[in-house]
Amino acid sequence: MLQIKNVSKTFNPGTVNEKKALDRLNLHVEEGDFITIIGGNGAGKSTLMNMVAGVYPIDCGTIYLDGKNISLQAEYQRAQMIGRVFQDPMLGTAADMAIQENLAMANRRGKKRGLKWGITPKEKEIFHEQLKRLGLGLEDRMTSKVGLLSGGQRQALTLLMATLIKPKLLLLDEHTAALDPRTAKKVLDLTNEIVNEQNLTTLMVTHNMQDAIHIGNRLIMMHEGKIIYDVKGEEKKQLKVSDLLKKFEEASGEEFANDRMMLG
Amino acid sequence: MGIVLAMQGALSQGILWGLMALGVYITFRLLDIADLTVDGSFATGGAVCAVCLVNGVNPILALILSTIAGFIAGWITGVLHTKCQIPAILAGILTQIGLYSINLRIMGRSNTPLLQYDNVFSQLEELTGLSSNWVVLIIGLIVTILVIVALYWYFGTEIGSSIRATGNNEQMVRALGVNTNVTKTLGLMISNGLIALSGALVTQQQGYADVRMGIGAIVIGLASIVIGEVIFGHKGAFGTRLTSIVVGSVIYRIIVAVVLQMGLNTDDLKLLTAILVAIALTVPIVMNKQKQLSMYKKLTGKEK
Repeated sequence: MLQIKNVSKTFNPGTVNEKKALDRLNLHVEEGDFITIIGGNGAGKSTLMNMVAGVYPIDCGTIYLDGKNISLQAEYQRAQMIGRVFQDPMLGTAADMAIQENLAMANRRGKKRGLKWGITPKEKEIFHEQLKRLGLGLEDRMTSKVGLLSGGQRQALTLLMATLIKPKLLLLDEHTAALDPRTAKKVLDLTNEIVNEQNLTTLMVTHNMQDAIHIGNRLIMMHEGKIIYDVKGEEKKQLKVSDLLKKFEEASGEEFANDRMMLG
Repeated sequence: MGIVLAMQGALSQGILWGLMALGVYITFRLLDIADLTVDGSFATGGAVCAVCLVNGVNPILALILSTIAGFIAGWITGVLHTKCQIPAILAGILTQIGLYSINLRIMGRSNTPLLQYDNVFSQLEELTGLSSNWVVLIIGLIVTILVIVALYWYFGTEIGSSIRATGNNEQMVRALGVNTNVTKTLGLMISNGLIALSGALVTQQQGYADVRMGIGAIVIGLASIVIGEVIFGHKGAFGTRLTSIVVGSVIYRIIVAVVLQMGLNTDDLKLLTAILVAIALTVPIVMNKQKQLSMYKKLTGKEK
């Protein structure tokens, strides 16, 4: 499904701020895989997501998605196949536009946009149904501006938008990190539900080790731009947070001193 | 009597210049870009129109050609901004400065008098026998209504929605598969097309085109937008907002007419406009602060 071969990315090369974000990274993702990605700050998790989404160009290597080489495609071209939810709830939606307008935009992801009216009556019905299942009461506020929603509501909406047209690949970049624990759980449950229901191939960056273990069928740990641990199936289910910490110390030779991850 | 005539003049001027303000609104509020191409493209509209009239082109066709010239000016700014990644303000300034020379080239001189040539207003005047002020008003209103209806329709379409969204959240729009370079350039083109159309209408109405006629247009456009917003608020429906800008433009002209009647020197007009815009932009912020403060006093005072 997704194949990343020897991909490297260095930010600010040749300066004192040089930062090797990805270092000859290889990853093969099977169809239907739900992979959680963990790692310390600066491990390259977000860079990996951004490289796949095409936010920045990669320095070398190739990325295949669904058999197509997308290495040189622009972000908006890849969007046809990729649904995304960002860490910042503000990034996934247009604040000054109505909920239904945002959904209508998402319902045209990767399609040609012409001079047809931006939203059809039939779509409104579909959106009403889809919003109902979020259980947030948004179906009765479809003409409200998204800027009036809370962070959690916006993330749930963004998740719905990202999966409204079934994406070949869903990228979730710490999409619950900015939410309070209860809302985060709700959004995460919803994520699980949608991904399982549509059998979506998903990459999810998280800083919560518990979530990383319990969710999905495969777990990847990154360190300094490389994948240092890759586990799936039964073995993953048996993992404990302490195992992950040990694994990290083993691979990196440092202590895993990251409060955010310990607290998870 | 003088003041009545001045008001009538202000009304028709406000409507003709209101089209320019609508153009500024598209970039300033919808795309969230401060596009300084305006001063150049307004004069480009005038220059193209003048050359057309001198060469016997139909006045309505002259308006259309001027609009197309505006599209091109907007496209240049769009390419400079998106493809060359020049910051929007600088891209606009570059086009504006470049257009000054181009406008001189188009006209072959800095001022083209057009009094002896037919224009849309004189044609309607002959046809109906109405006074010139009425004719300007009627044509101005018809064009403005057509433009507002067209904008309302366009920004409701799929592509128009993505232009609006681009000014809101570029990152999201790209993630939803839209090339934001295209949406930004389209917005700039439509904006400058309207501005050039306004410049062409003003040229036909005043009977000459001048290479300097666009100087300060951006500030007049901003003045119209903020006056409209101060009166009608920020939040109304799209059609209301567009209408409020034209009303804002008319009010601006009335203010100008009043202060000129009161004996203000025309040379000081630009300073007055700049001050007006600064005040109109400041008022909502000061009012918000005041509201916050009085609420705080009210609520905290109660707890004592």
